[in-house]
Amino acid sequence: MDALILSRLQFAITTVYHFLFVPVTLGLSIFVALLETWYVNSGSYEERIKLKKLVKFFGTIFLINFAMGVVTGIVQEFHFGMNWSEYARFMGDIFGAPLALEALTAFFIESTFIGLWIFGWDKLSEKIHCLCIWIVAFGSNLSAFWILVANSFMQHPVGYEIQDGRAVMTSLFDLVTNRYVLGEYSHAFFAGMTTAGFLVIVVCAWKIATDEISREMFIRTLRRAVLYSLLGIFGVIFSGHMHAQYLATGNPMKLASFEALWETEDPAPFAVVADINQDARKNDAEITIPYLFTFMVHNSFSGEVRGINDLQREAVEKYGAGNYIPDVRGMFWSFRIMVGTGMLLMCIVFIMGILSFFCEKKLREVNCLRCALKFMPVLLPLPFIANSVGWYIAEAGRQPWIVVGLQKTAQAVSPNLSSGEVWLTLIGFTGIYLILAVVAVFTAVSFIKRTIINEEAES
Amino acid sequence: MDLNIIWFVLIVVLFTGFFILEGFDYGVGILMIGRSENERTQLIRSIGPVWDANEVWMITAGGAAFAAFPHFYATMFSTFYLALFLMLVALILRGVAFELRGKFSNRDWKLIWDSAIIFGSLVPALLWGVAVANLLRGLPIDSQMHYAGNFFNLLSPYAILAGVTFVLLFAFHGVTFLSIRLADERILLDLRRKGKYLGAAAWIFYIAFIIASVFETDVMSKFVGVIIFAVAAGCLSASWDFVRSGKQCSSFVATTATVALTTVGLFVALFPRLMVSSLMPEWSLTIYNSSSTPDTLFIMTIAAVILVPIVLGYQYWTYKIFKDRIKPI
Repeated sequence: MDALILSRLQFAITTVYHFLFVPVTLGLSIFVALLETWYVNSGSYEERIKLKKLVKFFGTIFLINFAMGVVTGIVQEFHFGMNWSEYARFMGDIFGAPLALEALTAFFIESTFIGLWIFGWDKLSEKIHCLCIWIVAFGSNLSAFWILVANSFMQHPVGYEIQDGRAVMTSLFDLVTNRYVLGEYSHAFFAGMTTAGFLVIVVCAWKIATDEISREMFIRTLRRAVLYSLLGIFGVIFSGHMHAQYLATGNPMKLASFEALWETEDPAPFAVVADINQDARKNDAEITIPYLFTFMVHNSFSGEVRGINDLQREAVEKYGAGNYIPDVRGMFWSFRIMVGTGMLLMCIVFIMGILSFFCEKKLREVNCLRCALKFMPVLLPLPFIANSVGWYIAEAGRQPWIVVGLQKTAQAVSPNLSSGEVWLTLIGFTGIYLILAVVAVFTAVSFIKRTIINEEAES
Repeated sequence: MDLNIIWFVLIVVLFTGFFILEGFDYGVGILMIGRSENERTQLIRSIGPVWDANEVWMITAGGAAFAAFPHFYATMFSTFYLALFLMLVALILRGVAFELRGKFSNRDWKLIWDSAIIFGSLVPALLWGVAVANLLRGLPIDSQMHYAGNFFNLLSPYAILAGVTFVLLFAFHGVTFLSIRLADERILLDLRRKGKYLGAAAWIFYIAFIIASVFETDVMSKFVGVIIFAVAAGCLSASWDFVRSGKQCSSFVATTATVALTTVGLFVALFPRLMVSSLMPEWSLTIYNSSSTPDTLFIMTIAAVILVPIVLGYQYWTYKIFKDRIKPI
C-alpha cells in the first residue's frame, strides 16, 4: 500500500474515532447545562443536594468524553498539514479561515470556561457557574459549525475562484451561508442531541436497575433524557430528509450512490436491498418500491432522479477521462445501516418514554422489566454506529474528489511521505486509540457504578 | 505595513503566548519527576484550570498559520511528520492524563498517568525547540516547497541543543511559576534549592544555544535580533538571581520575559522568512511566497484584531479567579 491509501486510512480511522466523542460533547454539554439550570432554580435543601450531585455525575461523564474529543481533535488539525500538504496549499486560502476562526471563537471559550466550570464550584456564584457550562455548550457547537463550514466547501464549493492553481476565497459570507452547511450542521447537531440523550437514557436505565438509593433521581432524569432524545431524533430525521432532497441538486452523485440508482429514471424506484455490481455499473439483483425514490426527492410521484452512469458521463465531459463513481456498495449499505439504527433508536426511546412516564411504579419494584433494564448498555453502540456510517456516507460520497470538482484526493497527499512513515503513524495512532478507548470506558463505567445520588451533603 | 507583516506579527504573538503559557505548563509537568504523589497532585492543581486553554494557543497558532501562510503550514507540518506524530502522542497522553488521574485513588493508577504527564510535557518542549531551530537553520526544501530530507536531517546537534535548551528553560519557567502558585513551604523550599541548579543549567545552555546560533544560522545579520537575545539572556540571569534571593514574583516576570524575548528573537532572525531552505536561499518560504491572498488576510486581520483582545480578557479573568495559592494537602 502506498502513502496515499495509508494516509486515507489513517484519516478515516482518526476522524471516525474523533467523531465518536464529538456528538456526545455537542449534546451532553447542553444536557448538563439544562440539568444545572434545573439545579440553580430548584427549591428545597435536599433536592438541591441531589441535583448538584446529578449535575456533577453527568458532568464527570461529559468531561471524560470531552477530554477524549479534545486530544483526538488536535490530531485532526495537524493532519491537514502532515498528510495532506498539497490540499493545505491548494485550499489554505479558504480552509484556513474557518479553522482559525474555530480556534479563535470556539476552542478558546470552550477550554477556558470548562476550566472555570470544573474548578469554579466554590469560587463562582451559582448563576455564573451555570453560565460557564452554557458557554462551553455554545463553544462546542460553534466549533462544530466552523468545521462543517470547511467540510461543506469540500462537498460543495462556493464563494471561490481559481488563481494560479489555487482556490481563493472571494466571499467568506458565501462560505458561511453555503446551503450545504445547513444540512450538515443541523444533522450533526441533532445527532449530538440523540447520541447524548441516548447515552443518558442508558446510564439512567442501568442505574434504575442496579442502584436502589439513586433510583428516584434517575427515573426523573430518564424522563428528561427521553424528551431530549426524541427532540434529537425528530431533528435528525427532518434534517436528514431535507439534506437528501437538497443533494439532488447539491451533490447528485452522492445521492444516487447511496441509493444505488445507476440509471436516470422518472419516476425512480427506491431500492430496499440491492446486490451491487460496481464493475458492471449496475445492480445484479434488487428489491424495489416503485415511485418511492422520486417521491422522497420531489414530494410528488413524478420527477426525474439522475443516475450514477449519467452523472459519470457528465463528469467525464466536464473534468476529462476518469472514474468519478464513489464506493456505491459501501455507501448503499451504510445508508441503510444509518437509517435502520435510527429507527431502532426511536423505538427504544419510545419504549423508555412509556416506561418512565406511565409505568414508573413498575420501575420501583423488583420485576423482570427492571431486570431487563440492566441489559440496556448492550444497546449503547447504536447511535455511535449511526454516526460513524453517516460520516462514511458524507466523506466517501465525495470521492475521488477531496474538494468536489476542484482537487482529487490523490493529488492532495504530502509528496514527501514514504509508506513506511505512514505505516508507523497509522499503527501508532490506532494502537494508542484502542488502548485509550478501553481505559476511558473502564474509567467511566466504574465511576458510574460507584457514584450514588442521595441526600447526604458532600464531605 | 502590509497585511503579510501584520500576520507575521500575529503569528509571533500567538507563538509567544503559547510558549509563555504552555512553557510553564510543560515546566510544571517536567518538575513532577521524582516527586511524591502528594506533591505531584499539588503541582497539577496549580495548572489544572488553565492548561487546556493554554494549549489552545498552540492550536490557534497552527490554525492561524494555516489561514495566513498555507504553504508554511503545509511544508512545516509535512516536514516534521514523525516529530509531530511523537508530539501528538505526547499531547494525547498528557490531555487524557489530566482528566483520568483523579478518577481512582489507586497509587499505581496515579503513577501511570503522572508519568504520562511528565512524558507529555517533556517531549513537546524538546520537539518545539528542535522545530524552531530547524526553521532558522534551514532544511533541504526544494523549489516546490517540498521537504527533500528525512527524519534524521531534523536531528542536527544544533537542533538537539535547542531542544534541550527549551526543556531547561521551560522547566525553570515552571519553577518560577510554581513559586507564586503553591503554598506548601516544603515544596517551595525544595524548588528554590533545585531552581538554583536548574537556572544555572538553563543559563549555560541558553548561552551555548546563542553562540551555536551565531555559527549555524544567520542570526548575526540582524542587529535587533542580537540585542533581543542579549536582553533575554540578561533576563534569564536576573531571574536566576531572583530565585536565589526568594523574590518570587520578579523571578516569574523575568522568566516570562526570557521566553517571550526568545520567541520574538527567533522570529526576528527569521523575518521575512518563515522556513529557511538550506538548498537555495531563494527557495525559502517567506511571508510573501507562502501567504494567502490579501482578501483572506484582510478578513482574518479584522477577526483577529477583535477576537484576540477578548480572549486575553477572559483568560486574564480566569487567572484572577484562580489566583489563590494551592493549599497543601
